[in-house]
Amino acid sequence: MTVVSSTKNPEALSFTIVSEFAAGVERVWQIWADPRQLERWWGPPTWPATFEHFDFKRGGKIAYFMTGPDGEKARGWWHITAVAAPHMLELDDGFADENGDHVDAMGVTRMTVTLEDFGDSTRMTVSSVFETAEQMEQMIAMGMEEGMGQALGQIDAILAGQSVS
Amino acid sequence: MVVDELSEPDIDRLFQAFADSTRRDIVRRVTVESYSVSGLAALYDMSFAAVQKHVAVLERAALVSKEKHGREQLVRANHEGLHKARQLLSEYEAIWHQRAARIADILAQG
Repeated sequence: MTVVSSTKNPEALSFTIVSEFAAGVERVWQIWADPRQLERWWGPPTWPATFEHFDFKRGGKIAYFMTGPDGEKARGWWHITAVAAPHMLELDDGFADENGDHVDAMGVTRMTVTLEDFGDSTRMTVSSVFETAEQMEQMIAMGMEEGMGQALGQIDAILAGQSVS
Repeated sequence: MVVDELSEPDIDRLFQAFADSTRRDIVRRVTVESYSVSGLAALYDMSFAAVQKHVAVLERAALVSKEKHGREQLVRANHEGLHKARQLLSEYEAIWHQRAARIADILAQG
């Protein structure tokens, strides 16, 4: 079981997920610190992420875009606010327009990542705090896998069928 | 807590609204700026009527609202509806479950 727990706090618009991975802490750190590895998991297969500019240090700016099914691009940026390899990373995640300029009106997600060394395994805790619900909405629209949507659609169809019969 | 007062049909409508990639795309776009239905229809390889139908599904789920603007009807994000934060957080949770699974796959590859 990869995910140990997840906690939602709607009033604070915050979310925390704890996962455990069967790899050492240095290795797990690489999935954040190496943009080529980050690209393999940040976006879903239907919205893969490409990190263009990657200044992975305190105060550093990171620019990325996600490419949708029809080739449309959704741009985002990170601003690294704290980093202590291989245990802690703090960043602000925001939206950008097609020129890469920040869209401040959409708000910023503050993310905190901590990695705990359990020897052969590593516990990763990711906390996200959103400023607005609509910002969360857009993140979700971009981040959700096609398969997830289909699964939800199937559940809905089953529920609809039950209410008819 | 308002978000706990969502009824089962409300949740079903929300899930149904999210279950289609065009509808997710429409929501994503109108959270950034308002679009007329014809403006949205121009973006997709489908009829005006089909896009109108998608907008109607989103409207029923309280994710978008339509507002008269001159002769056009503008589609915009319904921020009250979007405050159904618990549902949204659940979707976000699903994203992170998927991310954790992908990370585990990468790590398993060495």
